Formats: sequence, structure tokens, C-alpha cells
Amino acid sequence: MGKIKLLQGNEACAEGAIYAGCTFFGGYPITPSTEVAEFMAKRLPQIGGAFMQMEDEIAAMASVIGGSLAGCKALTATSGPGFSLKQENMGFAMLTEIPCVIVNVMRGGPSTGVPTGPGQSDIMQCKWGTHGDHPVICLTPAYVQEIFSETVRAFNLSEKYRTPVIIAFDEIVGHMRERIEIPDPGVLPVINRTKPTCPPSEYLPYDDSKGDVPPMANFFEGYRYHVTGLNHGPDGFPVNASPRIHTDELRLIRKVEGNRADIVKFEETLLDDAEVAIFAYGVSGRSAKTAVEAARKEGIKAGLFRPLTMWPFPEEQVAAIASRVKAIVVPELSLGQIIFEVDRCAKGRCKVEGIYRVDGDPINPAQILAKVKEVK
Amino acid sequence: MSERYEIRFSGSGGQGLILAGVIFAEAATIFDKKNAVQSQSYGPEARGGASKSEVIISEATINFPKATAIDLMLALTQEACMKYYKDIKPNGTLLVDEDFVKETPKGTFKVVRLPIIRTASEEIGKAFVANIVALGAITAMTGQVSIEAVEKAVLSRVPKGTEELNKKALMAGYELAKAQRNG
Repeated sequence: MGKIKLLQGNEACAEGAIYAGCTFFGGYPITPSTEVAEFMAKRLPQIGGAFMQMEDEIAAMASVIGGSLAGCKALTATSGPGFSLKQENMGFAMLTEIPCVIVNVMRGGPSTGVPTGPGQSDIMQCKWGTHGDHPVICLTPAYVQEIFSETVRAFNLSEKYRTPVIIAFDEIVGHMRERIEIPDPGVLPVINRTKPTCPPSEYLPYDDSKGDVPPMANFFEGYRYHVTGLNHGPDGFPVNASPRIHTDELRLIRKVEGNRADIVKFEETLLDDAEVAIFAYGVSGRSAKTAVEAARKEGIKAGLFRPLTMWPFPEEQVAAIASRVKAIVVPELSLGQIIFEVDRCAKGRCKVEGIYRVDGDPINPAQILAKVKEVK
Repeated sequence: MSERYEIRFSGSGGQGLILAGVIFAEAATIFDKKNAVQSQSYGPEARGGASKSEVIISEATINFPKATAIDLMLALTQEACMKYYKDIKPNGTLLVDEDFVKETPKGTFKVVRLPIIRTASEEIGKAFVANIVALGAITAMTGQVSIEAVEKAVLSRVPKGTEELNKKALMAGYELAKAQRNG
């Protein structure tokens, strides 16, 4: 039996990172994510790790990339304005295949927006925030216990596929406190990056001849190699030639898209016989679950699809639901973002209707229930 | 949703109402083994402004984490009282500070007036323990969590050296509400 605590979502995220073996945090405080940094500042020195507060969010993202190259599992946490600033370096980490975890505790936006209120309007930015075609894994937990376990999973996916992983949740879930059981070490799997077995003289950091995820050497262990944001060859040095650029870009995308079965995770509630499905995540997902319970009590066949992996998007699952329900309702704390993905996958097979809210309050179960009744 | 019990602590930023909510939720989950969720809402100011903290207690899993049909709401300031009372459910209770909330809104709920801040400053001698006095009163009025659990939770959260002071404040609030209930 693990340790029982009452923790904030942000604290659970930090605890999950420690459990996963994170030993470096580089960050710049911003509401409503600051408790992640605060908790890491307290915990990392206790386990021999390092916490660095940087001069801004750009440097924070850069420090996480450096920390990871030096062999640490590395974390940063931020919110909207800071997430915008991190985008270029996130793209760098995607192209150079440096594992790291970026937490975005979403608040209202754009700009400074509503720092102390919840938002879900960065969800498309999680996918498309940085330029160019790039692989993205983004996890969307909604419960304090889930934030812990999904943070562990984020590090695992990041190390396994050598790619940054984003965890996106909202202010309410980040700040609320809930009972959590912190599992004993060994209960949840912890994955570490695959290191090279060849001698340093033969090491090629981007040699994909044996698989889509090349082994990664840590700096300061005798392996020296070139890391550049330019498209590069197996040795890490720039390449400006066909077909290498094309095939390497395809490989980066394939690392994620080709492993959907391993990466895509979701929770389904009473969907089997549902006539109306709700697609919701984060605090809206929690609200939707209460709405489903209320609908069922009134004899309305409603069900919930709650993605824990938002990117890659659960396309197949949404398509399957769309072919057997009358409508999919999409509540989100934005003026309509993830609904476009749901609509894209539904391909007109059912109605897709949104509920939007951006006034700093969550979408409550009564609002969702009313919409379910309207579309059924 | 009838198994949910919803409490809202409201007042001015800096009065320790978020902490009061955290302690109450901790008492429920860690010491009384129930499900509880604590959440809060506050503005960008560090102090001042209306602030609220909510605790939902249930035997079942709590999904929607915010209060929508409040069983008991505490208001320590006039501003918070008027801003937040609307979600109190019919036959719910509005607990206000007798001296700082002069005007109470009309509704289908019961209004209870207690000298919470005065008890903290005059009986205990420190106005800043008003949040703990309120916690004692709420423990007595709701019957959701045992006073023993709340006491343990208070002692595990307050700064070292203030244990006796806080214990006294908790019991003063508890007795105040009990006397009111019986009287």
C-alpha cells in the first residue's frame, strides 16, 4: 500500500516526475503552474537532483534540453504565455530527438488573459505551436491520481520514443486537492532511454538503420556528438540533400503516428449503448461524467469518451463512436478548438455540437445535460 | 448528486479560508477516510478581494469538483457574502460573521450569525485564527467530519509553536456553534 496524501494536481505532477526518475527541473514561475516548480525546488535537492530557475521561459526550455542531453530526465512547467515562448525550443527538441516533459497548466488567454482561471484554449497550440511538421505527444489527465500516473507515463513515452511529451491540464485540475495514493517504487513501470552499446568512436546519434528510435548517448559519458536544429544526417551534422531530409522527417512523424496503439489512451464511460456521446477532457471531462450520471438517471442514453492522450488524436475511436451515436457533444473551455478534430473524424456520420465557455468558470454538468437533451 | 455535501468558505484574500478548506478536506480524506475535493478561486491580487474555497465531501467518487448546490456557506465579509451566496441550495445554511456581515441576502436558506472574528480576537486574542474558529463552527454545524479528525488535520498544518492557540480556536468555534444549535 502506497502513501495516502491530499495533494494538488500540480503537486501530484511533481511527485509523478520524481517517481519517474526526473532529476532536473528548469523553469520560470507562472500562475497557475508555479506549484510544480515550488514542489520540485523542495524535492529535487532531497534526491540529489537539480532545480534551476532561469531568467525566462525560453531559457527554461533550453535548460531542460541541456539537462536531458547530460543524461537527466528533465521537466519544465508553465502556462499560456510561457508555453508560447517555449515553442521554438520545443521544436528544436523534437527535431534533435531530445526527451523531456513540458507541463502546460492552461489558464484563460490570449496574452496575460485570466491567470487564476481555467482554460483549454492551448490544446491546438500543443499540436501546432511550433513550426514545421513535427511529432507531438500530448497527455490530458483530469484527476489528481491520474496526473501522477500520466506524468510517469509522459516520461516513459518521452524516453522510449526520444521525443518531448506535453502534459496539458487546466487551472482547476492543477490547483484542486484530492486524495492520492503514491504507489511504492516498482508498482508503475519506469522506462529509461536506450543507450548505445558501441564504442564512442563508432557512435552515430541519428543512425536509424536499426529502428526508428536511435539509441541516445548522454554527454559526459565519453560520447561526443553534434546536435543541431538543421536537418541532419546519421552523424548529427547538417544535411541539405534529398532524400535524407524527407525520409528523416517521415521517421520523426512515424515514431509517434506508427505507435498509436502504445500511445493513445482514453477512458470510456457507458458508451456501449449510448445515443449521445460526450467528448471531453480535463475539468470538462469531470463535469461530463457527472452529466452522464444525471442523464442516465433520467433514462437518457449518454456516454463519455475522455481522452488521456489528446495528441496523437484518437481518430479511430472517435470515428467508431460517430458511426453509432446520434450526436457527439464537445464541451471545452475555449471558443471551439478540439471540436474541429472531433468533427474531422466524425466525417458527417453524426451531429457534432460544442459547448464553449471562457469566463473563468468551468462548464457545469447542468449545461452539458441540457445540451445532451437538445441533441438526442 | 444527493450524496454530495458541499461547503463554501468565503471572505477576503488573506483570511486563511483556502487553508481552512484544505484542512477540512484533509480531515475528511486522511483522517476520516471519505472522499473529498478541495478547490479554490481567487483573483490576481495577493491580498484583499473576495476569495472562496470549496470542499465537497462524498462517499462516492467526486467528478465535478466545484460547488453548485451548497449545503453550507461561510461568509466572513459583506462583499463575499453578496458575491457568492447564490449557489446555496434550498434549506441550506448561510453562516455569517455577526459583526462584519450586517446585511444578509433573502433566500430559502437558513441564516446563522456567529461572532467568529470577535471570538478570535477577544477570546483567543489573535484575530488571524478566525479561520480556525470558523472551521470549528463548521465542523459542529455540518456533522460531516469528526472534530477529532479536524483537530488532527489542524495540528498537522499549522506552524510549530501555534498548536495550542489553534486548538483553542478550533474548540471555541466548535462550542460557539454547538451552543447556537442547542440554544
